[in-house]
Amino acid sequence: MNSSFRILIKSPKFMFGACTLLAMIGLVLIYPLFNRSDPLEMIALAYQPPDAKLLLGSDNFGRDLFLELIYGIRTSLQVGLIAGVFATAIGLVIGLTSGYIGGMIDNLLTAVTNIFIVIPSFVILILISVSIDSRSSFVTAVIIGVTSWPWTARAVRAQTSSLRNRDHVNIAKISGYSTPRIIVSEILPYIASYVVMAFVLQTASGILSEASISMLGLGPYNTISLGIIMNWALVFEAPVAGAWWAFIPAAISIAMITFSLYMMNTGMDEIFNPKIRS
Amino acid sequence: MKGNNVLIEGKNLTKVFGFGGNKTTAVDNVSFAFHEGEIISIVGESGSGKTTLAKLIMGLLKESAGTIEYMGKPRRLKRHSDRRKYWKHIQAIFQDPFSSFNQFYRVEKLLLDCIKLQGEKLTKEEQLRRMKEACSFVNLKYEELHNKYPFELSGGQMQRLMIARIFILHPKLLIADEPTSMVDACSRSTILDMLLKLREENNMTIIFITHDVGLAYYVSDTLYIMEQGKVVEKGPAEEVILNPKHPYTRQLISDVPKIHSEWDLA
Ligand SMILES: Nc1ncnc2c1ncn2[C@@H]1O[C@H](COP(=O)(O)OP(=O)(O)OP(=O)(O)O)[C@@H](O)[C@H]1O
Ligand SMILES: [Mg+2]
Repeated sequence: MNSSFRILIKSPKFMFGACTLLAMIGLVLIYPLFNRSDPLEMIALAYQPPDAKLLLGSDNFGRDLFLELIYGIRTSLQVGLIAGVFATAIGLVIGLTSGYIGGMIDNLLTAVTNIFIVIPSFVILILISVSIDSRSSFVTAVIIGVTSWPWTARAVRAQTSSLRNRDHVNIAKISGYSTPRIIVSEILPYIASYVVMAFVLQTASGILSEASISMLGLGPYNTISLGIIMNWALVFEAPVAGAWWAFIPAAISIAMITFSLYMMNTGMDEIFNPKIRS
Repeated sequence: MKGNNVLIEGKNLTKVFGFGGNKTTAVDNVSFAFHEGEIISIVGESGSGKTTLAKLIMGLLKESAGTIEYMGKPRRLKRHSDRRKYWKHIQAIFQDPFSSFNQFYRVEKLLLDCIKLQGEKLTKEEQLRRMKEACSFVNLKYEELHNKYPFELSGGQMQRLMIARIFILHPKLLIADEPTSMVDACSRSTILDMLLKLREENNMTIIFITHDVGLAYYVSDTLYIMEQGKVVEKGPAEEVILNPKHPYTRQLISDVPKIHSEWDLA
Protein backbone atom coordinates (compact mmCIF):
# COMPACT_ATOMS: atom_id res chain seq x y z
CA MET A 1 0.00 0.00 0.00
CA ASN A 2 2.85 2.32 0.85
CA SER A 3 4.48 1.68 -2.49
CA SER A 4 1.20 2.42 -4.34
CA PHE A 5 1.20 5.81 -2.65
CA ARG A 6 4.74 6.48 -3.71
CA ILE A 7 3.93 5.62 -7.34
CA LEU A 8 0.88 7.89 -7.22
CA ILE A 9 2.99 10.87 -6.26
CA LYS A 10 4.91 10.40 -9.49
CA SER A 11 1.78 10.54 -11.64
CA PRO A 12 1.44 14.07 -13.06
CA LYS A 13 -2.30 13.74 -13.57
CA PHE A 14 -2.95 12.60 -10.05
CA MET A 15 -0.69 15.25 -8.58
CA PHE A 16 -2.28 17.99 -10.69
CA GLY A 17 -5.76 17.00 -9.49
CA ALA A 18 -4.70 16.54 -5.89
CA CYS A 19 -2.84 19.87 -5.74
CA THR A 20 -5.73 21.83 -7.27
CA LEU A 21 -8.14 20.23 -4.86
CA LEU A 22 -5.89 20.78 -1.83
CA ALA A 23 -5.37 24.42 -2.80
CA MET A 24 -9.14 24.94 -2.94
CA ILE A 25 -9.67 23.16 0.37
CA GLY A 26 -6.89 25.25 1.91
CA LEU A 27 -8.49 28.46 0.62
CA VAL A 28 -11.97 27.66 1.96
CA LEU A 29 -10.59 26.63 5.34
CA ILE A 30 -8.24 29.55 5.82
CA TYR A 31 -10.04 32.54 4.25
CA PRO A 32 -12.93 32.58 6.78
CA LEU A 33 -10.34 32.84 9.56
CA PHE A 34 -9.24 36.23 8.23
CA ASN A 35 -12.57 37.53 7.00
CA ARG A 36 -14.98 36.78 9.80
CA SER A 37 -17.99 38.53 8.29
CA ASP A 38 -21.28 36.70 7.77
CA PRO A 39 -21.60 35.73 4.10
CA LEU A 40 -25.33 36.48 4.27
CA GLU A 41 -24.82 40.06 5.46
CA MET A 42 -25.94 42.72 2.98
CA ILE A 43 -23.09 45.16 2.61
CA ALA A 44 -23.50 46.72 -0.81
CA LEU A 45 -26.00 47.56 -3.53
CA ALA A 46 -27.45 44.86 -5.76
CA TYR A 47 -25.17 43.48 -8.50
CA GLN A 48 -22.14 45.65 -7.86
CA PRO A 49 -19.45 44.64 -10.34
CA PRO A 50 -16.15 43.31 -8.99
CA ASP A 51 -13.71 45.89 -7.66
CA ALA A 52 -10.82 46.08 -5.22
CA LYS A 53 -13.04 45.73 -2.14
CA LEU A 54 -15.61 43.23 -3.44
CA LEU A 55 -13.42 40.81 -5.33
CA LEU A 56 -16.35 39.18 -7.12
CA GLY A 57 -18.90 41.93 -6.74
CA SER A 58 -22.23 41.57 -4.97
CA ASP A 59 -25.37 39.57 -5.63
CA ASN A 60 -28.95 40.78 -5.87
CA PHE A 61 -29.16 41.22 -2.09
CA GLY A 62 -25.91 43.14 -2.04
CA ARG A 63 -23.94 40.35 -0.36
CA ASP A 64 -20.21 39.75 -0.88
CA LEU A 65 -20.08 37.08 -3.58
CA PHE A 66 -16.47 36.10 -2.96
CA LEU A 67 -17.30 35.27 0.64
CA GLU A 68 -20.42 33.42 -0.49
CA LEU A 69 -18.35 31.50 -2.99
CA ILE A 70 -15.88 30.41 -0.29
CA TYR A 71 -18.71 29.10 1.89
CA GLY A 72 -20.41 27.60 -1.16
CA ILE A 73 -17.32 25.61 -2.12
CA ARG A 74 -17.05 24.42 1.46
CA THR A 75 -20.65 23.16 1.57
CA SER A 76 -20.41 21.60 -1.89
CA LEU A 77 -17.24 19.73 -0.96
CA GLN A 78 -18.84 18.52 2.26
CA VAL A 79 -21.96 17.36 0.45
CA GLY A 80 -19.83 15.62 -2.19
CA LEU A 81 -17.68 13.84 0.38
CA ILE A 82 -20.62 12.70 2.50
CA ALA A 83 -22.50 11.53 -0.59
CA GLY A 84 -19.31 9.76 -1.74
CA VAL A 85 -18.89 8.02 1.62
CA PHE A 86 -22.50 6.84 1.67
CA ALA A 87 -22.55 5.70 -1.95
CA THR A 88 -19.22 3.88 -1.62
CA ALA A 89 -20.11 2.26 1.69
CA ILE A 90 -23.51 1.01 0.51
CA GLY A 91 -22.11 -0.10 -2.85
CA LEU A 92 -19.23 -1.89 -1.15
CA VAL A 93 -21.40 -3.76 1.34
CA ILE A 94 -23.95 -4.82 -1.27
CA GLY A 95 -21.30 -5.70 -3.85
CA LEU A 96 -19.21 -7.74 -1.41
CA THR A 97 -22.22 -9.60 -0.01
CA SER A 98 -23.62 -10.40 -3.39
CA GLY A 99 -20.29 -11.32 -4.99
CA TYR A 100 -18.89 -13.34 -2.12
CA ILE A 101 -21.96 -15.26 -1.02
CA GLY A 102 -23.36 -15.88 -4.49
CA GLY A 103 -26.40 -18.05 -5.16
CA MET A 104 -29.88 -16.78 -4.36
CA ILE A 105 -28.69 -13.77 -2.36
CA ASP A 106 -26.56 -12.73 -5.32
CA ASN A 107 -29.51 -13.01 -7.70
CA LEU A 108 -31.68 -10.99 -5.37
CA LEU A 109 -29.15 -8.21 -4.75
CA THR A 110 -28.21 -8.05 -8.43
CA ALA A 111 -31.87 -7.64 -9.31
CA VAL A 112 -32.23 -4.82 -6.77
CA THR A 113 -29.07 -3.16 -8.08
CA ASN A 114 -30.28 -3.38 -11.66
CA ILE A 115 -33.62 -1.85 -10.72
CA PHE A 116 -31.79 1.09 -9.17
CA ILE A 117 -29.64 1.42 -12.27
CA VAL A 118 -32.63 1.41 -14.61
CA ILE A 119 -34.62 4.01 -12.65
CA PRO A 120 -32.83 7.31 -13.28
CA SER A 121 -31.41 8.21 -9.88
CA PHE A 122 -31.96 11.90 -10.55
CA VAL A 123 -35.70 11.32 -10.63
CA ILE A 124 -35.58 9.55 -7.27
CA LEU A 125 -33.40 12.35 -5.97
CA ILE A 126 -35.98 14.97 -6.98
CA LEU A 127 -38.89 12.96 -5.61
CA ILE A 128 -37.23 12.41 -2.23
CA SER A 129 -36.08 16.02 -2.03
CA VAL A 130 -39.61 17.28 -2.72
CA SER A 131 -41.13 15.01 -0.10
CA ILE A 132 -38.74 15.95 2.72
CA ASP A 133 -39.55 19.30 4.32
CA SER A 134 -36.49 20.13 6.39
CA ARG A 135 -33.42 19.52 4.29
CA SER A 136 -30.06 20.29 5.80
CA SER A 137 -27.00 19.93 3.61
CA PHE A 138 -26.31 16.64 5.42
CA VAL A 139 -29.75 15.25 4.52
CA THR A 140 -29.25 16.29 0.89
CA ALA A 141 -25.85 14.59 0.88
CA VAL A 142 -27.31 11.38 2.30
CA ILE A 143 -30.12 11.39 -0.26
CA ILE A 144 -27.57 11.77 -3.05
CA GLY A 145 -25.44 8.99 -1.59
CA VAL A 146 -28.37 6.64 -1.19
CA THR A 147 -29.39 7.05 -4.83
CA SER A 148 -25.96 6.68 -6.43
CA TRP A 149 -24.48 3.44 -5.05
CA PRO A 150 -25.59 0.95 -7.78
CA TRP A 151 -22.58 1.37 -10.12
CA THR A 152 -20.14 0.82 -7.29
CA ALA A 153 -22.12 -2.21 -6.11
CA ARG A 154 -22.13 -3.70 -9.57
CA ALA A 155 -18.40 -3.29 -10.13
CA VAL A 156 -17.50 -4.53 -6.65
CA ARG A 157 -19.73 -7.56 -7.17
CA ALA A 158 -18.03 -8.44 -10.44
CA GLN A 159 -14.55 -8.22 -8.95
CA THR A 160 -15.49 -10.04 -5.76
CA SER A 161 -17.10 -12.97 -7.51
CA SER A 162 -14.01 -13.54 -9.63
CA LEU A 163 -11.67 -13.18 -6.64
CA ARG A 164 -13.78 -15.59 -4.59
CA ASN A 165 -12.73 -18.53 -6.77
CA ARG A 166 -9.03 -17.82 -6.57
CA ASP A 167 -6.84 -20.28 -4.77
CA HIS A 168 -5.53 -17.91 -2.11
CA VAL A 169 -9.13 -17.58 -0.93
CA ASN A 170 -9.37 -21.37 -0.82
CA ILE A 171 -6.09 -21.53 1.09
CA ALA A 172 -7.47 -18.99 3.57
CA LYS A 173 -10.61 -21.09 3.95
CA ILE A 174 -8.75 -24.30 4.62
CA SER A 175 -6.49 -22.40 7.00
CA GLY A 176 -9.60 -21.85 9.10
CA TYR A 177 -10.31 -18.17 8.39
CA SER A 178 -13.83 -16.97 9.13
CA THR A 179 -15.82 -15.38 6.30
CA PRO A 180 -15.49 -11.78 7.56
CA ARG A 181 -11.76 -12.28 7.93
CA ILE A 182 -11.48 -13.65 4.38
CA ILE A 183 -13.34 -10.65 3.04
CA VAL A 184 -11.10 -8.25 4.92
CA SER A 185 -7.76 -9.89 4.21
CA GLU A 186 -8.24 -11.75 0.92
CA ILE A 187 -10.79 -9.67 -1.01
CA LEU A 188 -10.61 -6.06 0.19
CA PRO A 189 -6.88 -5.47 -0.46
CA TYR A 190 -7.38 -6.53 -4.09
CA ILE A 191 -10.26 -4.14 -4.68
CA ALA A 192 -9.07 -1.31 -2.41
CA SER A 193 -7.58 0.82 -5.17
CA TYR A 194 -10.74 0.40 -7.20
CA VAL A 195 -12.89 1.43 -4.25
CA VAL A 196 -10.81 4.56 -3.68
CA MET A 197 -11.23 5.44 -7.35
CA ALA A 198 -14.97 4.86 -7.15
CA PHE A 199 -15.11 7.06 -4.07
CA VAL A 200 -13.40 9.90 -5.91
CA LEU A 201 -15.87 9.63 -8.80
CA GLN A 202 -18.85 9.41 -6.47
CA THR A 203 -17.66 12.55 -4.71
CA ALA A 204 -17.40 14.40 -8.01
CA SER A 205 -20.83 13.28 -9.13
CA GLY A 206 -22.22 14.08 -5.68
CA ILE A 207 -21.08 17.68 -6.12
CA LEU A 208 -22.69 17.82 -9.56
CA SER A 209 -25.93 16.29 -8.28
CA GLU A 210 -26.10 18.80 -5.43
CA ALA A 211 -25.56 21.65 -7.87
CA SER A 212 -28.28 20.29 -10.16
CA ILE A 213 -30.98 19.87 -7.53
CA SER A 214 -30.05 23.17 -5.93
CA MET A 215 -30.43 24.84 -9.32
CA LEU A 216 -33.96 23.45 -9.33
CA GLY A 217 -34.52 25.00 -5.93
CA LEU A 218 -34.62 21.62 -4.18
CA GLY A 219 -31.29 21.93 -2.41
CA PRO A 220 -30.54 22.28 1.28
CA TYR A 221 -31.98 25.14 3.34
CA ASN A 222 -30.15 27.62 5.53
CA THR A 223 -26.81 27.25 3.85
CA ILE A 224 -24.86 28.39 0.83
CA SER A 225 -23.68 25.93 -1.78
CA LEU A 226 -22.38 26.46 -5.29
CA GLY A 227 -25.70 25.20 -6.68
CA ILE A 228 -27.63 27.58 -4.43
CA ILE A 229 -25.56 30.58 -5.59
CA MET A 230 -26.41 29.65 -9.17
CA ASN A 231 -30.06 29.19 -8.24
CA TRP A 232 -30.19 32.70 -6.73
CA ALA A 233 -28.52 34.13 -9.81
CA LEU A 234 -31.09 32.39 -11.99
CA VAL A 235 -34.13 33.33 -9.90
CA PHE A 236 -33.10 36.97 -9.59
CA GLU A 237 -32.24 37.21 -13.26
CA ALA A 238 -28.55 37.93 -12.99
CA PRO A 239 -27.95 36.93 -16.64
CA VAL A 240 -30.54 39.48 -17.77
CA ALA A 241 -28.89 42.12 -15.61
CA GLY A 242 -25.57 41.22 -17.20
CA ALA A 243 -24.14 40.30 -13.78
CA TRP A 244 -21.89 37.48 -14.98
CA TRP A 245 -19.98 37.53 -11.67
CA ALA A 246 -23.07 36.18 -9.92
CA PHE A 247 -22.90 32.79 -11.61
CA ILE A 248 -19.73 32.34 -13.71
CA PRO A 249 -17.34 31.99 -10.71
CA ALA A 250 -19.63 29.40 -9.09
CA ALA A 251 -19.82 27.44 -12.34
CA ILE A 252 -16.05 27.59 -12.75
CA SER A 253 -15.59 26.40 -9.16
CA ILE A 254 -17.82 23.37 -9.77
CA ALA A 255 -15.93 22.63 -12.96
CA MET A 256 -12.56 22.97 -11.23
CA ILE A 257 -13.47 20.69 -8.32
CA THR A 258 -14.96 17.97 -10.47
CA PHE A 259 -12.17 18.27 -13.02
CA SER A 260 -9.49 17.90 -10.34
CA LEU A 261 -11.31 14.86 -8.94
CA TYR A 262 -11.56 13.32 -12.41
CA MET A 263 -7.87 13.96 -12.96
CA MET A 264 -7.06 12.19 -9.69
CA ASN A 265 -9.25 9.31 -10.78
CA THR A 266 -7.61 9.04 -14.21
CA GLY A 267 -4.16 9.17 -12.64
CA MET A 268 -5.06 6.35 -10.27
CA ASP A 269 -6.70 4.35 -13.04
CA GLU A 270 -3.57 4.44 -15.21
CA ILE A 271 -1.45 3.27 -12.31
CA PHE A 272 -3.64 0.68 -10.63
CA ASN A 273 -5.27 -1.00 -13.58
CA PRO A 274 -2.19 -2.61 -15.12
CA LYS A 275 -1.24 -3.69 -11.62
CA ILE A 276 -4.61 -5.34 -11.07
CA ARG A 277 -4.47 -7.04 -14.46
CA SER A 278 -0.96 -8.43 -13.99
CA MET B 1 1.87 -48.72 3.85
CA LYS B 2 -1.73 -48.89 2.71
CA GLY B 3 -3.95 -49.75 5.66
CA ASN B 4 -7.33 -51.40 5.63
CA ASN B 5 -9.24 -48.59 7.27
CA VAL B 6 -11.24 -46.50 4.89
CA LEU B 7 -10.44 -42.86 5.62
CA ILE B 8 -12.78 -41.14 3.25
CA GLU B 9 -15.47 -42.51 1.02
CA GLY B 10 -17.53 -40.84 -1.67
CA LYS B 11 -20.77 -42.24 -2.97
CA ASN B 12 -22.27 -41.23 -6.31
CA LEU B 13 -20.80 -37.74 -6.23
CA THR B 14 -22.07 -35.39 -8.91
CA LYS B 15 -21.30 -31.74 -9.46
CA VAL B 16 -23.16 -29.70 -12.02
CA PHE B 17 -22.10 -26.12 -12.82
CA GLY B 18 -24.58 -23.60 -14.15
CA PHE B 19 -28.09 -24.36 -15.29
CA GLY B 20 -30.21 -24.42 -18.41
CA GLY B 21 -28.34 -24.21 -21.70
CA ASN B 22 -24.79 -23.90 -20.39
CA LYS B 23 -24.92 -26.74 -17.89
CA THR B 24 -21.65 -28.64 -17.33
CA THR B 25 -21.52 -31.87 -15.41
CA ALA B 26 -17.95 -31.58 -14.14
CA VAL B 27 -18.12 -34.65 -11.88
CA ASP B 28 -20.55 -37.36 -12.87
CA ASN B 29 -21.63 -40.06 -10.42
CA VAL B 30 -18.18 -40.74 -8.98
CA SER B 31 -17.67 -43.19 -6.11
CA PHE B 32 -14.39 -43.84 -4.32
CA ALA B 33 -12.90 -45.21 -1.12
CA PHE B 34 -9.48 -43.99 0.01
CA HIS B 35 -7.64 -45.84 2.78
CA GLU B 36 -5.28 -44.64 5.48
CA GLY B 37 -1.75 -44.35 4.14
CA GLU B 38 -2.77 -45.03 0.57
CA ILE B 39 -1.40 -43.08 -2.35
CA ILE B 40 -4.00 -42.51 -5.00
CA SER B 41 -3.55 -40.85 -8.35
CA ILE B 42 -6.41 -39.32 -10.23
CA VAL B 43 -5.46 -39.17 -13.88
CA GLY B 44 -7.31 -37.51 -16.71
CA GLU B 45 -6.92 -34.94 -19.42
CA SER B 46 -7.62 -31.25 -19.03
CA GLY B 47 -11.24 -30.53 -18.20
CA SER B 48 -12.03 -34.07 -17.02
CA GLY B 49 -13.16 -32.78 -13.60
CA LYS B 50 -10.14 -33.63 -11.42
CA THR B 51 -9.89 -30.26 -9.71
CA THR B 52 -13.64 -30.16 -9.21
CA LEU B 53 -13.54 -33.59 -7.55
CA ALA B 54 -10.69 -32.39 -5.32
CA LYS B 55 -12.68 -29.34 -4.28
CA LEU B 56 -15.68 -31.52 -3.48
CA ILE B 57 -13.51 -33.67 -1.23
CA MET B 58 -12.07 -30.54 0.38
CA GLY B 59 -15.56 -29.27 1.07
CA LEU B 60 -14.83 -26.12 -0.94
CA LEU B 61 -17.63 -26.87 -3.38
CA LYS B 62 -21.05 -28.19 -2.51
CA GLU B 63 -21.91 -31.48 -4.22
CA SER B 64 -25.02 -31.46 -6.42
CA ALA B 65 -25.74 -35.07 -5.46
CA GLY B 66 -24.11 -37.89 -3.52
CA THR B 67 -22.47 -38.09 -0.10
CA ILE B 68 -19.00 -38.09 1.40
CA GLU B 69 -18.22 -40.06 4.57
CA TYR B 70 -15.16 -39.24 6.62
CA MET B 71 -13.93 -41.95 9.02
CA GLY B 72 -17.15 -43.89 8.65
CA LYS B 73 -19.49 -40.98 9.41
CA PRO B 74 -21.24 -38.63 7.01
CA ARG B 75 -19.18 -35.47 7.21
CA ARG B 76 -20.78 -32.34 8.60
CA LEU B 77 -19.59 -29.00 7.36
CA LYS B 78 -22.48 -26.74 8.30
CA ARG B 79 -20.82 -24.76 11.05
CA HIS B 80 -17.52 -22.92 10.83
CA SER B 81 -16.11 -24.91 13.75
CA ASP B 82 -16.99 -28.19 11.95
CA ARG B 83 -15.14 -27.03 8.87
CA ARG B 84 -12.13 -25.93 10.89
CA LYS B 85 -11.95 -29.37 12.46
CA TYR B 86 -12.27 -31.05 9.06
CA TRP B 87 -9.49 -28.92 7.57
CA LYS B 88 -7.16 -29.79 10.42
CA HIS B 89 -7.28 -33.31 8.95
CA ILE B 90 -7.67 -32.64 5.26
CA GLN B 91 -5.43 -30.27 3.39
CA ALA B 92 -4.58 -29.43 -0.17
CA ILE B 93 -1.95 -28.02 -2.48
CA PHE B 94 -3.67 -26.24 -5.33
CA GLN B 95 -2.89 -26.39 -9.00
CA ASP B 96 -1.64 -22.84 -9.50
CA PRO B 97 0.98 -21.74 -6.96
CA PHE B 98 0.86 -18.15 -8.24
CA SER B 99 -2.77 -17.66 -7.32
CA SER B 100 -2.38 -19.61 -4.06
CA PHE B 101 -0.60 -16.68 -2.46
CA ASN B 102 -2.19 -13.47 -1.29
CA GLN B 103 0.16 -10.94 -2.85
CA PHE B 104 -0.40 -8.43 -0.05
CA TYR B 105 1.12 -10.52 2.72
CA ARG B 106 4.61 -11.73 3.47
CA VAL B 107 5.53 -15.40 3.29
CA GLU B 108 5.83 -15.52 7.07
CA LYS B 109 2.10 -14.98 7.54
CA LEU B 110 1.19 -18.06 5.49
CA LEU B 111 3.26 -20.27 7.77
CA LEU B 112 2.11 -18.56 10.96
CA ASP B 113 -1.53 -19.13 9.99
CA CYS B 114 -0.86 -22.87 9.78
CA ILE B 115 0.66 -22.88 13.22
CA LYS B 116 -2.40 -21.03 14.50
CA LEU B 117 -4.77 -23.52 12.86
CA GLN B 118 -3.09 -26.22 14.93
CA GLY B 119 -4.56 -24.47 17.96
CA GLU B 120 -1.58 -25.10 20.24
CA LYS B 121 -0.32 -22.34 22.50
CA LEU B 122 3.29 -21.77 21.48
CA THR B 123 5.92 -19.24 22.43
CA LYS B 124 7.40 -16.97 19.78
CA GLU B 125 10.63 -18.96 19.78
CA GLU B 126 8.78 -22.24 19.35
CA GLN B 127 6.76 -20.82 16.44
CA LEU B 128 9.94 -19.60 14.80
CA ARG B 129 11.60 -22.96 15.31
CA ARG B 130 8.69 -24.74 13.60
CA MET B 131 8.71 -22.38 10.66
CA LYS B 132 12.44 -22.79 10.23
CA GLU B 133 12.11 -26.56 10.43
CA ALA B 134 9.36 -26.55 7.79
CA CYS B 135 11.42 -24.39 5.45
CA SER B 136 14.52 -26.52 5.77
CA PHE B 137 12.40 -29.60 5.10
CA VAL B 138 11.66 -28.21 1.63
CA ASN B 139 15.22 -26.90 1.13
CA LEU B 140 14.38 -23.26 1.63
CA LYS B 141 16.04 -20.80 3.94
CA TYR B 142 13.58 -19.20 6.33
CA GLU B 143 15.95 -16.29 6.97
CA GLU B 144 16.00 -15.38 3.27
CA LEU B 145 12.30 -15.80 2.62
CA HIS B 146 10.19 -14.79 5.58
CA ASN B 147 10.24 -11.10 4.75
CA LYS B 148 9.49 -11.52 1.07
CA TYR B 149 6.28 -10.92 -0.78
CA PRO B 150 4.97 -13.67 -3.07
CA PHE B 151 5.81 -11.77 -6.28
CA GLU B 152 9.45 -11.94 -5.25
CA LEU B 153 9.39 -15.77 -5.33
CA SER B 154 9.82 -18.22 -8.17
CA GLY B 155 7.11 -20.73 -9.06
CA GLY B 156 9.15 -23.57 -7.60
CA GLN B 157 9.74 -21.72 -4.34
CA MET B 158 6.01 -21.07 -4.10
CA GLN B 159 5.26 -24.73 -4.60
CA ARG B 160 7.80 -25.75 -1.99
CA LEU B 161 6.32 -23.26 0.48
CA MET B 162 2.97 -24.90 -0.08
CA ILE B 163 4.58 -28.19 0.90
CA ALA B 164 6.17 -26.53 3.95
CA ARG B 165 2.64 -25.54 4.90
CA ILE B 166 1.59 -29.20 4.78
CA PHE B 167 4.67 -30.14 6.81
CA ILE B 168 3.49 -27.86 9.63
CA LEU B 169 -0.11 -29.04 9.43
CA HIS B 170 0.62 -32.78 9.04
CA PRO B 171 -2.94 -33.62 7.91
CA LYS B 172 -4.34 -37.13 7.60
CA LEU B 173 -5.23 -36.57 3.96
CA LEU B 174 -3.44 -34.45 1.41
CA ILE B 175 -4.82 -33.59 -1.98
CA ALA B 176 -2.04 -32.41 -4.28
CA ASP B 177 -3.45 -30.93 -7.47
CA GLU B 178 -0.66 -31.13 -10.06
CA PRO B 179 1.97 -30.19 -7.46
CA THR B 180 4.73 -30.35 -10.04
CA SER B 181 3.10 -28.40 -12.85
CA MET B 182 5.37 -25.37 -12.51
CA VAL B 183 8.78 -26.95 -12.17
CA ASP B 184 11.37 -28.68 -14.33
CA ALA B 185 11.87 -32.43 -14.36
CA CYS B 186 14.67 -32.32 -11.77
CA SER B 187 12.78 -30.32 -9.14
CA ARG B 188 9.76 -32.45 -9.96
CA SER B 189 11.33 -35.55 -8.50
CA THR B 190 12.55 -33.58 -5.45
CA ILE B 191 9.03 -32.36 -4.84
CA LEU B 192 7.63 -35.85 -5.21
CA ASP B 193 10.27 -37.16 -2.83
CA MET B 194 9.34 -34.51 -0.28
CA LEU B 195 5.70 -35.49 -0.45
CA LEU B 196 6.54 -39.18 -0.16
CA LYS B 197 8.81 -38.46 2.81
CA LEU B 198 5.97 -36.55 4.45
CA ARG B 199 3.75 -39.54 4.10
CA GLU B 200 6.32 -41.83 5.66
CA GLU B 201 6.44 -39.62 8.72
CA ASN B 202 2.78 -39.71 9.63
CA ASN B 203 1.13 -42.29 7.40
CA MET B 204 -0.67 -39.62 5.44
CA THR B 205 -3.07 -40.49 2.66
CA ILE B 206 -2.11 -38.65 -0.51
CA ILE B 207 -4.27 -37.99 -3.53
CA PHE B 208 -2.18 -36.93 -6.51
CA ILE B 209 -3.96 -35.23 -9.32
CA THR B 210 -2.12 -35.32 -12.58
CA HIS B 211 -2.48 -35.86 -16.30
CA ASP B 212 0.80 -37.74 -16.41
CA VAL B 213 0.19 -41.51 -16.29
CA GLY B 214 3.89 -42.26 -16.00
CA LEU B 215 4.20 -40.19 -12.85
CA ALA B 216 1.03 -41.67 -11.43
CA TYR B 217 2.33 -45.19 -12.00
CA TYR B 218 5.64 -44.29 -10.38
CA VAL B 219 4.21 -42.97 -7.12
CA SER B 220 0.85 -44.50 -6.44
CA ASP B 221 -0.84 -47.59 -5.05
CA THR B 222 -4.17 -46.97 -6.71
CA LEU B 223 -5.19 -45.26 -9.92
CA TYR B 224 -8.46 -43.58 -10.80
CA ILE B 225 -8.82 -42.69 -14.47
CA MET B 226 -11.25 -39.87 -15.20
CA GLU B 227 -12.83 -38.97 -18.51
CA GLN B 228 -15.39 -36.20 -18.87
CA GLY B 229 -16.39 -36.27 -15.21
CA LYS B 230 -16.70 -40.05 -14.97
CA VAL B 231 -14.30 -42.50 -13.37
CA VAL B 232 -13.87 -44.94 -16.24
CA GLU B 233 -11.38 -47.25 -14.57
CA LYS B 234 -9.95 -47.74 -11.10
CA GLY B 235 -7.76 -50.27 -9.37
CA PRO B 236 -4.22 -51.04 -8.20
CA ALA B 237 -1.68 -49.10 -10.25
CA GLU B 238 0.07 -52.19 -11.68
CA GLU B 239 -3.15 -53.75 -12.81
CA VAL B 240 -4.51 -50.63 -14.47
CA ILE B 241 -1.29 -49.90 -16.30
CA LEU B 242 -0.33 -53.42 -17.32
CA ASN B 243 -3.82 -54.56 -18.06
CA PRO B 244 -5.97 -51.60 -19.03
CA LYS B 245 -9.60 -52.44 -19.72
CA HIS B 246 -11.08 -49.17 -20.86
CA PRO B 247 -10.09 -47.80 -24.29
CA TYR B 248 -9.51 -44.32 -22.79
CA THR B 249 -6.96 -45.76 -20.35
CA ARG B 250 -5.23 -47.55 -23.22
CA GLN B 251 -5.04 -44.34 -25.15
CA LEU B 252 -3.60 -42.45 -22.16
CA ILE B 253 -0.94 -45.14 -21.73
CA SER B 254 -0.04 -45.26 -25.40
CA ASP B 255 0.60 -41.51 -25.22
CA VAL B 256 3.48 -42.24 -22.84
CA PRO B 257 6.05 -44.17 -24.88
CA LYS B 258 8.47 -44.48 -21.96
CA ILE B 259 6.30 -46.87 -19.98
CA HIS B 260 5.93 -49.21 -22.95
CA SER B 261 9.61 -49.52 -23.53
CA GLU B 262 10.08 -50.23 -19.83
CA TRP B 263 8.04 -53.37 -19.85
CA ASP B 264 9.13 -54.39 -23.30
CA LEU B 265 12.52 -54.86 -21.68
CA ALA B 266 11.14 -56.65 -18.66
N1 LIG C 1 -16.58 -22.70 -11.18
C1 LIG C 1 -16.94 -23.30 -12.34
N2 LIG C 1 -18.04 -22.87 -13.00
C2 LIG C 1 -18.42 -23.46 -14.14
N3 LIG C 1 -17.79 -24.49 -14.72
C3 LIG C 1 -16.68 -24.96 -14.11
C4 LIG C 1 -16.19 -24.39 -12.89
N4 LIG C 1 -15.08 -25.06 -12.52
C5 LIG C 1 -14.87 -26.00 -13.46
N5 LIG C 1 -15.83 -25.95 -14.42
C6 LIG C 1 -15.94 -26.84 -15.59
O1 LIG C 1 -15.89 -28.16 -15.13
C7 LIG C 1 -15.10 -28.97 -15.99
C8 LIG C 1 -14.02 -29.66 -15.19
O2 LIG C 1 -13.10 -28.71 -14.71
P1 LIG C 1 -11.87 -29.09 -13.78
O3 LIG C 1 -11.21 -27.82 -13.38
O4 LIG C 1 -12.34 -29.96 -12.69
O5 LIG C 1 -10.93 -29.90 -14.77
P2 LIG C 1 -9.48 -30.51 -14.51
O6 LIG C 1 -9.61 -31.97 -14.75
O7 LIG C 1 -8.95 -30.07 -13.21
O8 LIG C 1 -8.64 -29.87 -15.68
P3 LIG C 1 -7.10 -29.40 -15.68
O9 LIG C 1 -6.26 -30.59 -15.89
O10 LIG C 1 -7.03 -28.48 -16.86
O11 LIG C 1 -6.85 -28.70 -14.39
C9 LIG C 1 -14.57 -28.06 -17.07
O12 LIG C 1 -15.36 -28.25 -18.21
C10 LIG C 1 -14.76 -26.68 -16.52
O13 LIG C 1 -15.05 -25.78 -17.55
MG1 LIG D 1 -7.36 -28.95 -12.57
